[in-house]
Amino acid sequence: MLAQLKNEAAGNRVIVTVLGPDRVGIIAGVAQVLASNNINILDISQTILQEFLVMVMVADISRSSVDMLTLKENLAEKGREIGVRIDAQHEDAFKFMHRI
Amino acid sequence: MLTLQEILETVNMVQEENLDIRTITMGISLRDCADPEPFKARQKIYDKVTRYAGSLVRTGEEIEREYGIPIVNKRISVTPVAIVGESSATDNFIDFARTLDEAAANVGVNFIGGYSALVHKGFTEADRRLIESIPQALATTERVCSSVNVATTKAGINMDAVYMMGRIIKMTAELTKNSDGVGCAKLVVFTNVPEDNPFMAGAFHGVGEPECVINVGVSGPGVVKKAVETVKGADIGILAETVKKTAFKITRMGELVGRTAAQRLGVPFGIVDISLAPTPVIGDSVAEIIEAIGVECCGTHGTTAALALLNDAVKKGGAMASSYVGGLSGAFIPLSEDAGMIKAAEAGALTLDKLEAMTSVCSVGLDMIAVPGDTSKEVIAAIIADEAAIGMINKKTTAVRIIPAVGKKVGDYVEFGGLLGRAPVIPVKAFTAKEFICRGGRIPAPIQSLTN
Repeated sequence: MLAQLKNEAAGNRVIVTVLGPDRVGIIAGVAQVLASNNINILDISQTILQEFLVMVMVADISRSSVDMLTLKENLAEKGREIGVRIDAQHEDAFKFMHRI
Repeated sequence: MLTLQEILETVNMVQEENLDIRTITMGISLRDCADPEPFKARQKIYDKVTRYAGSLVRTGEEIEREYGIPIVNKRISVTPVAIVGESSATDNFIDFARTLDEAAANVGVNFIGGYSALVHKGFTEADRRLIESIPQALATTERVCSSVNVATTKAGINMDAVYMMGRIIKMTAELTKNSDGVGCAKLVVFTNVPEDNPFMAGAFHGVGEPECVINVGVSGPGVVKKAVETVKGADIGILAETVKKTAFKITRMGELVGRTAAQRLGVPFGIVDISLAPTPVIGDSVAEIIEAIGVECCGTHGTTAALALLNDAVKKGGAMASSYVGGLSGAFIPLSEDAGMIKAAEAGALTLDKLEAMTSVCSVGLDMIAVPGDTSKEVIAAIIADEAAIGMINKKTTAVRIIPAVGKKVGDYVEFGGLLGRAPVIPVKAFTAKEFICRGGRIPAPIQSLTN
């Protein structure tokens, strides 16, 4: 799962997490925000816990047209629109915590 | 490769369990700011602090956004002002405090630590002047924090300084009585003080430290509590292992943030302080971890053992996670800043005596304790002396941050708000050690063998 993380050169990827009730259009909504900012999706993984959707995306921001703050705001706004919580964090936050 | 579970675990820690980086603290040496002309010294201090720390807050906020982890405080520690101000021809140290306050306000940090003196063996003239100015300095500034080291294992306890601090604390409480004695919340009396502690109010930039350095303090009692709850009923070995693993993960975030901040600011990375630092938020409490371990109410019999286990497991996990661990690095038990501690004190389970016992197995000491306003300076000095003795004999840091609540008695509250929280006024004993305290002099350094 998320094998891209160890194969790609480090430093320019974010992890987008989506948490909330499942419904039509969540992936499309997130993908649209990323695409419109020229951000490439490298991997998607999702699971349903109870009735909640948990989705994790790895995305490449090296050619992104917006900075991290703007991206986070755009994603959060999309999240409010479709009723889920969306956040983006730099991959190092995860790799550092779980790998030596 | 990362699993979905690991990613969710990290997200959960931040969003549900209050994981945060408590502080990024920039240590700045002010030794080269000394000047015979006090106004020149102050100008140099102001210029240097604002030059080095100018982008500290902005950099902290950038990192916060990128990694999605809150960095609650950005702060500054400086060389003990008694050392810097020593060569200035002035009796007026308060102006140095004002300069620090202005510099801190200019760069946007909420606290600047280092209005300090190290007097464990004795006073220089400047040490004495600085300590005498503490009450006024804390009453007339907003961001300045002060600390005084009165004892070390190698030097013994300076009982003249202990008595002096009893008086200074009373005066500070009196001068800041309209805000419930908040000045006392910014004043720490130390034994074996660490020179690289990033946590306020006791942070200063030690004389063995480099020109400028970044130290980081992690937090995360909420995360540890949740982890402890997952092993309910399991044996102690499993419990300790769980705490260790959790402490490892928390500390890794501190290491990442510290290294990144140091690199971006172009200064060396000092240490990660792996203390468990509670906040008044429900669920972010060290007392609640003790209770999750299986002690009915924090402060009752069994608390000291549970705390010792917790503190040691945190250190073991944290030490593995960071290349440089330092500062205080242990569980904090500040009464006013920990919702579980406040509850335990209200219930009568947590007393001053038990808190004192707990400080012998964890950092830091009697922290944020409110006592009745009519407590004498001799009794406060005696409380400091007891705590210093624990630190001196056990070769550890101990501290006293005590608030005589002017005009209040047992059962009343002092309210500070924010991270400093609120504390119930707890009783002290009715008897005094005045004769002992008034003897003056030094308690000799203890023997290092015959360790019973």
